[in-house]
Amino acid sequence: MPHKTFLAFIWPSLLAMVLFIAVPIVSVAFQSLYLEHEQILIEAEACGPFGCTSEVRVDREAMQRLREEQPAGRFNGLGTYANQSHLATDDIREIVATSANFGEIRNRIMNLPFYKALVFTLAYTFIVTPMVIALGFVIAVVVNSIPAALKGPVIFFSLLPMIVTPLVGSLVLFWMINSRGILGAALQWVFGDPTLSLTASPALTWVTLFVYGIWHSAPFAFVVFYAGLQTVPQDTLESAMVDGANRLERIRFVVIPYLVPLATFIGLMQLMDNFRVFEPIIGFSAAASATSLSYLIYNDLRLSDTPLFGSAAATSMLTIVGVLILLTPVLRRNWRDFNRK
Amino acid sequence: MSEPATRKPLPLVTLSICFIAIWLIVAAFPFIWTMWGSFKVEGDFFSRADWMNAITGPATQLQTGGTFTLDGYYGAWVEQEFWRNALNTLIVVICVVSISLTLGTLGGYALARSGYKYTFWILMAALVFRAMPHVTLVSGYLLPFFQLNIWGYLPTTIVVLVAINQPFTLWMLHSFFLSIPKDLDEAAMVDGCTRFQAFRLAVIPVMWPGVVTTGLFSFLLAYNDFTVTAMLLTEENATMVPQINSFLGSTQEQGKVMYAVAAVVSAIVPLFVLILFFQRQIVSGLTAGAVKG
Repeated sequence: MPHKTFLAFIWPSLLAMVLFIAVPIVSVAFQSLYLEHEQILIEAEACGPFGCTSEVRVDREAMQRLREEQPAGRFNGLGTYANQSHLATDDIREIVATSANFGEIRNRIMNLPFYKALVFTLAYTFIVTPMVIALGFVIAVVVNSIPAALKGPVIFFSLLPMIVTPLVGSLVLFWMINSRGILGAALQWVFGDPTLSLTASPALTWVTLFVYGIWHSAPFAFVVFYAGLQTVPQDTLESAMVDGANRLERIRFVVIPYLVPLATFIGLMQLMDNFRVFEPIIGFSAAASATSLSYLIYNDLRLSDTPLFGSAAATSMLTIVGVLILLTPVLRRNWRDFNRK
Repeated sequence: MSEPATRKPLPLVTLSICFIAIWLIVAAFPFIWTMWGSFKVEGDFFSRADWMNAITGPATQLQTGGTFTLDGYYGAWVEQEFWRNALNTLIVVICVVSISLTLGTLGGYALARSGYKYTFWILMAALVFRAMPHVTLVSGYLLPFFQLNIWGYLPTTIVVLVAINQPFTLWMLHSFFLSIPKDLDEAAMVDGCTRFQAFRLAVIPVMWPGVVTTGLFSFLLAYNDFTVTAMLLTEENATMVPQINSFLGSTQEQGKVMYAVAAVVSAIVPLFVLILFFQRQIVSGLTAGAVKG
């Protein structure tokens, strides 16, 4: 296809991606170097019938002038990255210098908002992803062995947790594990502790979120593995049987090696999706004990009084760096494959 | 499966049936439970006394006279005007799906047919874009959108969702078009068609299965999105999902949590219908990327 025709076909799509994905990334990088203007306060005398009082208020005109002069805000360089709510370099230096042992260093670093979110995001990504692959594989193997008439309905119900809106899915579970919901009450009964609440302790909240993540994504892994199982070469399976391999050995030495490429694919998709974990934290109202990088950005933009663009942008840049690190192996592999072609 | 070598021992069959039963309960029970509960009053769905109340509904009987009540739905759809949000969702979803499929088919076709090296780079860039957390992109939009005064409107959100959707649509349609033989459109071009005519006359008639599958996933992305819609829409333009989130804040205190439950069920039902009709396409779409990529 000549370049010109190619461009004629692809330009709308490219334009959309450049304008709304590439440019925003640049814009975020730019914003992260700036800070919002401080409010210019002036003291004004307000005189009424009962004498004069002086009050402090925001000088709108001066703010307007300042915004026109420097529309991006105050230049802050890499200051935002280093401050307390991001990498907190000074705090870490101090913590390392003044703490007695490793445990204390860890605990104190875990209190810094960025590291708290980073640790949760990484824990979520690297705990949920393998569990999803494992559970999805087991479901696929079992579903593959049941009578054909049952498969359709089973697949229908299995798809539900994945298709349903993450926020809605997490709310549904949240209401059930509520101490007055059915699961919450059941757990209290099982453990004989009427005050037990999954949302009260940070550790239990983390576990709840992990369980939600596995529940939400296992159907995806299941469907992919299930489709893969349909194409496992029967000859190899049969020859394994002739060689005396039992069921487990056949799965271990024939099916699993055959499905490894699919597992890599699921793993990649899951790494990308789990790294941006966000909705469940809102759905489970879990922000007090678990925050993710995405949640920090949302928090800066939406939940504070005035949007903290600089701070959100710095967190965004750090998140993007994280995504790129996660993606490097994939990109390297693709590049090798491409060069081989 | 009548050969003795493939016949399964009874314990294994029992075990797998049990496992499937447990998995089905885990996967489906929360939804069925919530749907059932949405027809009760709060005192039953969140019962302090006995979980059986949510099934039998004594408080619902006391407060409304019947064991089922539509109070939650009435509150959400009429009192809180949830229908507006449903309407917004409908507009957003229809526009996003049609626009992103139009752009995606054109782009995906070009990527599948061009043999130059830059297609690789475009696809790799799309992969990286696909991995970007949406919230980081939104933090890039907000300030420019405020300054241009286009924040809060449906069209802005639609355009943003289309763009965020593009990397995925491109990948999926690209691999789908690779499976359509090149000869088809080349034959048309030999017969004197231009590239566009070949695309329109030879490729479009055979591309619908792939387009339907991709469209389903675009639909899900637009329908399920919370990050973009929550940050880019004003309260009155909100779609269903952000509205459910704000129900949580505003109604939980007033003891109207059942409104949120009803709204949640209302948002789930279309997805139920979707899976019912398009189960095969969803399954094939999920696997398409895996098998080919």
